[in-house]
Amino acid sequence: MASTRCAACKYLRRRCPSDCIFSLYFPSNNPQRFAYVHKIFGASNVGKMLQDLPVHRRADAADSLYYEAHCRIKDPVYGCVGIINILHQEIHNVQCQIAKIQAEIAFLGTHAQSDQQLQIAPNLDPNFLAEQKGLSNSFDDSSTWFF
Amino acid sequence: MASSSSYSNPPCAACKFLRRKCLPGCIFAPYFPPEEPQKFANVHKIFGASNVSKLLNEILPHQREDAVNSLAYEADARLKDPVYGCVGAISVLQRQVLHLQKELDATNADLMRYTGSETSYLNQMTAQFGRMGRGGGGGGGASFNPNSGFPAATYSSQWNNDSNSSEHGGNGSM
Repeated sequence: MASTRCAACKYLRRRCPSDCIFSLYFPSNNPQRFAYVHKIFGASNVGKMLQDLPVHRRADAADSLYYEAHCRIKDPVYGCVGIINILHQEIHNVQCQIAKIQAEIAFLGTHAQSDQQLQIAPNLDPNFLAEQKGLSNSFDDSSTWFF
Repeated sequence: MASSSSYSNPPCAACKFLRRKCLPGCIFAPYFPPEEPQKFANVHKIFGASNVSKLLNEILPHQREDAVNSLAYEADARLKDPVYGCVGAISVLQRQVLHLQKELDATNADLMRYTGSETSYLNQMTAQFGRMGRGGGGGGGASFNPNSGFPAATYSSQWNNDSNSSEHGGNGSM
């Protein structure tokens, strides 16, 4: 006879047997953990899910069930799926930002190249160089003029 | 001649599964059509019909369809991955976000380098030709905020897809 019942057995008002499936994962010092899981999944379903798993996987399963239950209680409509949607959106936003900066870098890189070419003969008449700027392929095959 | 289905509507998938009469006003009927029996079967297996019914009754009618779809998604994820369910997907996505944010920081740093280089070229151009026709290179649009609002309920990064972490319960802090 266990002197301390696990949170599950306390909640369910029953004896906590020595081989209680819940006791390792729902300790008595965290009653909310089982309360949440029971509210969303039901004690019977949780017990079955844990029973169907090898022992070394049950702790992770209990943790993930608690997380899901917690999310569902906070957001009864979307639960964890709401977080997944937010993360997808975040990924999309960051990818767009990266693409935008990369485009900007590519543009600046091209500008820098074209400006470098104008500096090859710094002592020439500026008007002469301004005319040269309007020509393509003056110095380099890779030059691209963005004017 | 006497038929158990004296109602014009066929029973919804839930009532078919539960082998009961599908009464008018059945809470499940709008969301579990008879053509999708697997949807209810999955949801029932993970959450239980009674819990789903309570949950649907607690939310507004116009939100119930979304709720059922998200429950179906979670149930499906849990059946495919009995250990992590859809929390595994959250963990993967969170890692992806962190990775992308690092990439964003690095890309931003590259931009700063170019902006600095561009400024020195412009200064040289100004000194040589007395002309500054361009709009300041990369000055605009560089105000990026990689730390946009992230939900507080971030899951701990202890979850790996093939993790054998054996942490026990009691530490499910969020």
